[in-house]
Amino acid sequence: MILELDDVRVTLGGSQILQGVSFPVAPTGVTALLGRNGVGKTTTVKAILGLVPRTGTIRFHGEGLHRLRTHEIVRRGIGYAPEDRGVFAKLTVTENLALAERRGAQHAYDLVYELFPELKTRGAQPAGTLSGGQQQMVAIGRTLLNDNRLLVIDEPTKGLAPKVVTEVAEVLERAAERVPMLLVEQNLALVKRLAGDGVVLAAGQVVHRGPVSELLADAELTRELLGVGQARGVGQTLGVGRTLGVGQTVGVGQTRRERSDTSSHPAPSRGTTDPRSIVKDRQPPKEVSAPESTRSDAP
Amino acid sequence: MSTLTLLALTGLGLGALYFLIASGLSLIFGLMDVLNFAHGAFLTAGAYAAWWADGHLPFYLAVAFGVAVGAAIAAVVETALIRGLYARPREQILVTVGLGLAIPALIQGVWGADARTVTPPKALAGTVGLLGARVPTDRFVLLAAALAVFAGLKVFLAKTRYGLVVRAGVEDRAMVTALGIDVRKAFTLVFAIGGALAGLAGALGGVYFGSVSPGQGTSLLIFAFVVVVIGGLGSTDGVALAAIAVGLIQQFTNYYAASGLGDLAVVVMLALVLLVRGNPVLDRVAASVGAAVKSSVGRAA
Ligand SMILES: Nc1ncnc2c1ncn2[C@@H]1O[C@H](COP(=O)(O)OP(=O)(O)OP(=O)(O)O)[C@@H](O)[C@H]1O
Ligand SMILES: [Mg+2]
Repeated sequence: MILELDDVRVTLGGSQILQGVSFPVAPTGVTALLGRNGVGKTTTVKAILGLVPRTGTIRFHGEGLHRLRTHEIVRRGIGYAPEDRGVFAKLTVTENLALAERRGAQHAYDLVYELFPELKTRGAQPAGTLSGGQQQMVAIGRTLLNDNRLLVIDEPTKGLAPKVVTEVAEVLERAAERVPMLLVEQNLALVKRLAGDGVVLAAGQVVHRGPVSELLADAELTRELLGVGQARGVGQTLGVGRTLGVGQTVGVGQTRRERSDTSSHPAPSRGTTDPRSIVKDRQPPKEVSAPESTRSDAP
Repeated sequence: MSTLTLLALTGLGLGALYFLIASGLSLIFGLMDVLNFAHGAFLTAGAYAAWWADGHLPFYLAVAFGVAVGAAIAAVVETALIRGLYARPREQILVTVGLGLAIPALIQGVWGADARTVTPPKALAGTVGLLGARVPTDRFVLLAAALAVFAGLKVFLAKTRYGLVVRAGVEDRAMVTALGIDVRKAFTLVFAIGGALAGLAGALGGVYFGSVSPGQGTSLLIFAFVVVVIGGLGSTDGVALAAIAVGLIQQFTNYYAASGLGDLAVVVMLALVLLVRGNPVLDRVAASVGAAVKSSVGRAA
């Protein structure tokens, strides 16, 4: 296991937000961190990065992160895109990316600019004036710039239009082929498409662990753990799900690996060292707009 | 006309002093949310250092010594005292206020409470004729120093890696660390820069006022805070403009209205700016002080 949390507890503002969270992150692919609003997903991610005071143990490649400060943890090879994207509004796009350059590493600008050509053309633009989707691209671009051993991405599709969600999903899928990822995401179609293992939190505790495909195939369990099916689902309010249903694009219940094996499109080559191959092997976009979502902050 | 010229340049000289103090304050508060009440003490230390060294060294080296002392004290204060208190605004305020009292008291203990006369070098003792006025040379030196610092800060912030880190840190410190950057190095650097500029203000201020005294820095600090609030956080341009405005208004009011009214005019100007524009700086100061108060209340309860 590349990352292992054991009995992680966090207290903020006098209340215990995480009450002993334990789970491993798989060495390959995407591990999804799921749960309803306010259960402590972001806090868990911040605990890993040392952005909130925490107790318990967190091991990254066997090394305890507890005594390390945030920048030291990140320098161990973790790329972090926070929930609010964390772009520096007054800095230009180029400066936002430059800030993420870590010493001693090769900086994969080729990869970042191929995935997000706009970041190059809009290099001189203050990041605060970018659209939400473009800002998310800055945030993800910053994690791909360095040779990271783990990506931690918190709600990359929050507040984005369906078309942009699809774009972000494609990038995440390609990124996940090279680097393992811990992904917080409430768009279940996207989770289904990307994630192998899933960890579900409720009230600051892990309440479920296992393959995402199994969890999401069980409608009853999904509803119980993630609250899907309540009147607030995005699909119902936006009507997106009717045209872009999950079942039509991603085989329900299949795992990610099965899917790429049986896919009619050529599967992207794995374990490749050429950063460009991610782009070259680009598949036709799959729509992943959510008919089901646990997000309750949607309009 | 000659009176106007003299007043304007004297006001600008004062503005230059304010700028040297306020630019450091603004960077420190912008980046670290530290209201550095010890900043005036850094100035006084730099002023006495330059005054003391002036007896032994050529003037420009004495100024450099004042700058070095300001920077060194600031760096030591940051690493030894402030660093452990970034999450504790109340203690932070106590520490900087305490230093702001202790350093001048120490200086007073060694060199006495009375002002010590600064004898400027011959080159600065004279006056320069400008538009019919005889303007003391030191005004021009102060202005030149402030302009050089202004340009230097702009280049530092815009073109260097540390400048980038500082600008980003002013927006979101935590995110800077989450990109793998040790933001504390930037903290120490910014403190040292602020201390150096305060030291420079002290050394040149000694010439401008003709003397150094233990309370000098603290009385200048008040106006520097006003400049920061009007000028904005981490905004070198805003601070420069505000410093010029405050210096000029103070000088002109003191001359044309009544001596002493200049300070009041500055307060009125501050109030007007706040009324018309609202103030993000003050909001942040209020939030920071509010957090300090809350932590005291929380602990008392
Ligand atoms: N600084 C804080 N002080 C007090 N409570 C906090 C603080 N930060 C977060 N919380 C609380 O901790 C809980 C978990 O928050 P967290 O952001 O981790 O949830 P989340 O699972 O990421 O939610 P969402 O899906 O809405 O992003 C929430 O109830 C939140 O209000
Ligand atoms: Mg969250």
